[in-house]
Amino acid sequence: MDALATYQRVKERFGDRILEINEKAHDPFVVVEPSAIVEVCRFLRDDPEFAMNCLSNQIGVDYKDRIEVVYELYSYSKRYGVTLKVKLPRDNPSVATMETVWKSANWMEREIFDLIGVTFEGHSDLRRILMPEDWPGHPQRKDFVEPMEYHGISTVRESPIIRLEAKK
Amino acid sequence: MSIRTEEMTLNMGPQHPSTHGVLRFVIKADGEVMREAIPDVGYLHRSIEKIAEKVGYHGFMPYTDRVDYVCAMFTNQGWGMACERLGGIEVPRRGEYCRVIAAEFNRIASHLLSVGTMGMDIGAMTPFTHAIREREMINDLIEELCGARLTFNYMRIGGVAWDLPPGWREKALAYLDHFDPIWDEYNALISYNKIYVERLANVGVISAEEAIDYNLVGPNLRGCGFKWDIRKDIPYSVYPEFEFDVPVGRGEYGTLGDAMDRYMVRIREMRESSRILRQALRQIPDGPVLAKVPRNFKPKAGECQIRVESARGDMGWYAVSDGSGYPWRVHVRTGSFAAMGIINKLSRGLMIADLVTLIASLDVIAPEIDR
Repeated sequence: MDALATYQRVKERFGDRILEINEKAHDPFVVVEPSAIVEVCRFLRDDPEFAMNCLSNQIGVDYKDRIEVVYELYSYSKRYGVTLKVKLPRDNPSVATMETVWKSANWMEREIFDLIGVTFEGHSDLRRILMPEDWPGHPQRKDFVEPMEYHGISTVRESPIIRLEAKK
Repeated sequence: MSIRTEEMTLNMGPQHPSTHGVLRFVIKADGEVMREAIPDVGYLHRSIEKIAEKVGYHGFMPYTDRVDYVCAMFTNQGWGMACERLGGIEVPRRGEYCRVIAAEFNRIASHLLSVGTMGMDIGAMTPFTHAIREREMINDLIEELCGARLTFNYMRIGGVAWDLPPGWREKALAYLDHFDPIWDEYNALISYNKIYVERLANVGVISAEEAIDYNLVGPNLRGCGFKWDIRKDIPYSVYPEFEFDVPVGRGEYGTLGDAMDRYMVRIREMRESSRILRQALRQIPDGPVLAKVPRNFKPKAGECQIRVESARGDMGWYAVSDGSGYPWRVHVRTGSFAAMGIINKLSRGLMIADLVTLIASLDVIAPEIDR
């Protein structure tokens, strides 16, 4: 069993709720309807044919017209991994939490919530993790503008990066 | 009979000598026993991933050093490999060998610091001085190689920046001849010391299933008796050309998967790194060390995942390119981030003094959590 065969099996099982299978990417991935993602992941974990016992990575990406959450699953017994994606609207993006399937999702979802602003429904402890509690906005969003100061501390200074940005 | 007292909330950190960087814990304790320890991270957050979007592919290489400054060779390598995969670049064989040599020296240096500070955390000062002395010598070797002792910036997209200097190979082999007996001496000094074993054995026991569920990687996962090493199981670079074993926890002094097992895995991994280094230094082929990569590097639009076995385990790089000279999104999933996620669960019922052992045994490095 490899990633592409797994995507075919998932497509057979879930039909229309699998929106797209991309075979040409460096790491082929499958796009799943947001409402079905937990069900698909639980199926991949529990079916002994796939046995995806590890959620090795969970990433949020802002594509300016949509937000994507990428799930990288890995099966230690079958020795291969699959990549699943959900596409969410940029206003109030929200998807069910993966914490009920793998414990490792807890912290990774907190990071995505903090930096990208995706709300994970049913998450047990959805707080900011890296930024301060009262930080405005989500820094990894493409339209994020860093505030000039935070509690009277200036956040701006002349730096090579700002000069680079002016050139760009 | 157990008597419960009023719950006490204790603050530990953010600048505590045994928190391996700027870490903070809020401890809810009942006397000396913890009900839970809530980690509060983010004090070292510099949004390195966002910086990547502004400085371009080549320009990001020095920043990757700061993701994990104790083993910067692996972050260098991870970013290099991600760019090479996006751009379809092949690294010359001598370049790959230089990478492996630099990275394995760095692994020994990182593990020396880890086991040394572990002794210091639980009150033994002497092993730290021994470990740091050996690490200094590795730092001297690496300094000769790339001019830096901590933030190396040695690797480039497509290979490494400089070839091995003349006479360096002999020096490196001579160091390994010196290191192997020192390893035995270090073990005799601390590893089987009764007080040391009693502080570590049966503390913070993790089962293999739990470790996988929490996505623990590297020595923390192997400490649970689960044989898994990216260098062996998802091979990259020239690692398939070397013979080495993957040490796993055996529960020698207590329960399988306790702090002592994780410690012993790191100790034994240093010996294996030494084995890899001897083979690599003998087999290294001639040739160029850096592939031709355009200065204005613009990979085709797409995304890729890379997994590297760093000193703190499987480091996952995710890079998205939009076809321009600047990456669209970079993400790095590190071993310490996952390890911090399990501390709250493991801390329940432990003594406060054992929290320090637990943090040290998971070998967390604060900048790697916060990035």
